[in-house]
Amino acid sequence: MSAEDTHGSAEVAARVERRWATVAVIIIVMMALLAAFAGIHRATMPQPRVETTDPSRIHLSGEFVESNLGSVLEANGNVTVRAIGQQYSFTPACIVVPVDTPITMRATSADVVHGILIQGTNVNTMLVPGYVSEQLMRFTRTGDYLMPCQEFCSFGHEGMWGKVKVIDKTEFADRAKGGGRLNCVGQ
Amino acid sequence: MLANRKLILAHFWLAFGVFGIALTLGAWQMFIRSPIGTWLSNPELYYRSLTAHGTVMGYVFPTLVAMGFGYAISESALEQRLVGVRWAWTGFWLIVAGAIMAMVPVVLGRASVLYTFYPPLIGNVFYYLGVVLVVVGSWIWVALMAINLRVWRRAHPGAPVPLAMFANVAGSYLWAWTAVGAALELLLQIIPVAAGLKATIDAGLARVFFSWTLHAIVYFWLMPTYIAYYTIVPRAIGGRVYSDSMARISFILFLVVAMPIGMHHTFADPQVGAGFKFIHSAFTALVALPTLLTVFTICASVEIAARLRGGRGMFGWIRALPWDNPMMLALAFSFVMLGFGGAGGLINMSYQLDASIHNTQWITGHFHLIFGGAIVIMYFAIAYDLWPHLTGRELIDLRLIRTQLWLWFVGMIITTFPWHWVGILGMPRRMAYFDFGDPAIAPQALSVTFSAIGGFILLASGIMFIVILARGMRAPQVDAGPYRFALAVHQPATVPVALNTHALWVALMIVLTLTNYGYPIVTLALTEGTSVPAVYVGAQ
Repeated sequence: MSAEDTHGSAEVAARVERRWATVAVIIIVMMALLAAFAGIHRATMPQPRVETTDPSRIHLSGEFVESNLGSVLEANGNVTVRAIGQQYSFTPACIVVPVDTPITMRATSADVVHGILIQGTNVNTMLVPGYVSEQLMRFTRTGDYLMPCQEFCSFGHEGMWGKVKVIDKTEFADRAKGGGRLNCVGQ
Repeated sequence: MLANRKLILAHFWLAFGVFGIALTLGAWQMFIRSPIGTWLSNPELYYRSLTAHGTVMGYVFPTLVAMGFGYAISESALEQRLVGVRWAWTGFWLIVAGAIMAMVPVVLGRASVLYTFYPPLIGNVFYYLGVVLVVVGSWIWVALMAINLRVWRRAHPGAPVPLAMFANVAGSYLWAWTAVGAALELLLQIIPVAAGLKATIDAGLARVFFSWTLHAIVYFWLMPTYIAYYTIVPRAIGGRVYSDSMARISFILFLVVAMPIGMHHTFADPQVGAGFKFIHSAFTALVALPTLLTVFTICASVEIAARLRGGRGMFGWIRALPWDNPMMLALAFSFVMLGFGGAGGLINMSYQLDASIHNTQWITGHFHLIFGGAIVIMYFAIAYDLWPHLTGRELIDLRLIRTQLWLWFVGMIITTFPWHWVGILGMPRRMAYFDFGDPAIAPQALSVTFSAIGGFILLASGIMFIVILARGMRAPQVDAGPYRFALAVHQPATVPVALNTHALWVALMIVLTLTNYGYPIVTLALTEGTSVPAVYVGAQ
């Protein structure tokens, strides 16, 4: 290599390095902007608000008492699902919801940290005792979905699987007529 | 000049010894929950194993490698005998004592809480105290690194600190500060409950404390690997570091932005609001920058080596690289795994995409690929490179070394790629077994089987690694000469103060941590009624 060659290639390298750094910065800025855009438009985003609840009292009063768990059709046509996780099951163990309907799931834990994940969807949230988890969701296909606990909750963790049954809208409306809280346990 | 070889060898041998045990447990776990294993009649055994595997691989093994390598760097890069050898041995024995103290309750099934602790689950108090001892032992190393650099500076006023030592000290400061999160969780929250002084604990606050440690610890694991990229690889393959200042900037960026980003682990958590989730996501995007800069600088350094060896053409130079050199091979494998793992990491830290893979097997696949793959394969390369200087004996069998590296790479790909895939299918983490008879789970059986086979390939490679090092202790004697680090194309005669000292960057690291963590921690700590009853594990 002559001295001139070395000088020339050093210039090439410096130019490429500048370009690489520029591209790297653009990638990072783009990612942050995309995340902000999608978040602002609520295309999808993590839970924004912090709500607390006392796990030692949830079975006595408030929205997570046993009689209030399950799915309810709201006046505006939306559905609210309330559930709790405890070692080692969900209540209700089978959640029934209508297809093509905005659904709000509100859930918490009665003991340790659990998680709710609905397979085949991007519904995925932690259940931390003391706090309420809220997820917005909407199913586009009817059918059965597995809902495992996704966080280690001690020795029975591997057995903690729930189910979500997505049914036809009219069928759900029929079942909701009688009022009360719906679930599909045993069906 | 490596004067304290025994000290360094003790760290490496303990590191690789516990690594061997944890690797065996890992392979067993892969097997037992795959369709080729039989169901465990007692799933609790799986969680004991998992706790031991995680605790060793996360806290003990990389810490010992960083410490041993750090002492070697301090002595050889500064050409100065280690100051505080007695303290260094104290640190070592604290880690031995801590590791034993932590592992006894784990083996007895009294602390199956996983290395991430997960309060309100509470295990035996000695498990947590053992982890604290390990961390305290490593803090002695942090102090020694700072002291040794200070002694050297006094003898060489204004001289540029050798790059390897500059990075090593940056890594030690990063570790000192990142460990504070878990230390606060252990000392303020968990240990009082485990010792029976309190019966309730704020699980949400504990998760935030742990996230402080959980992400930056990854960059602490990464530091020895990056130091090897910059200061060993170019020398070993006959090249030069393309840019000394770019290297310093990368290490500084790691020091500053690795810390205030940990809450991307809590995107799916209910105890953190949208604002801090978004801020941490954006900061995590920033941490990709030093890695992208490193990829450029290392590729340029490697190209310099190839061209010095007569390589030509736009890509033709790649053929001129010394592919039979284990360091070259390890670097190439490490970069491939870093590329895939890094791309996966961008998905994990993304504010939106995270929901589709959070706490699935994808995450386990991800950090095994990055840590077990890209990082640990360079630990192997560091050990191979240092060994003749530590033992005064030659590592003769290069073919065996190459086979070992190939097996680790292939094994890691076979293990982690299907692992990512089942994660996308929604397979949850940390389960002792899966009912592959369920039609909804059956499609995952084949992938899990592949991962288990990959696990055994990794085990074989790990055993080979230990055998190679052990044989190296008895090989013919050789004078390996002084241990040297790579020179830069333009070896700096002077370096700007900002690139030669750490104080400014450490201050920035602390300030950014306080701004990004202070408010959420104070708010959570002041929120009433979020302390929940502890659930004791294995106590009955």
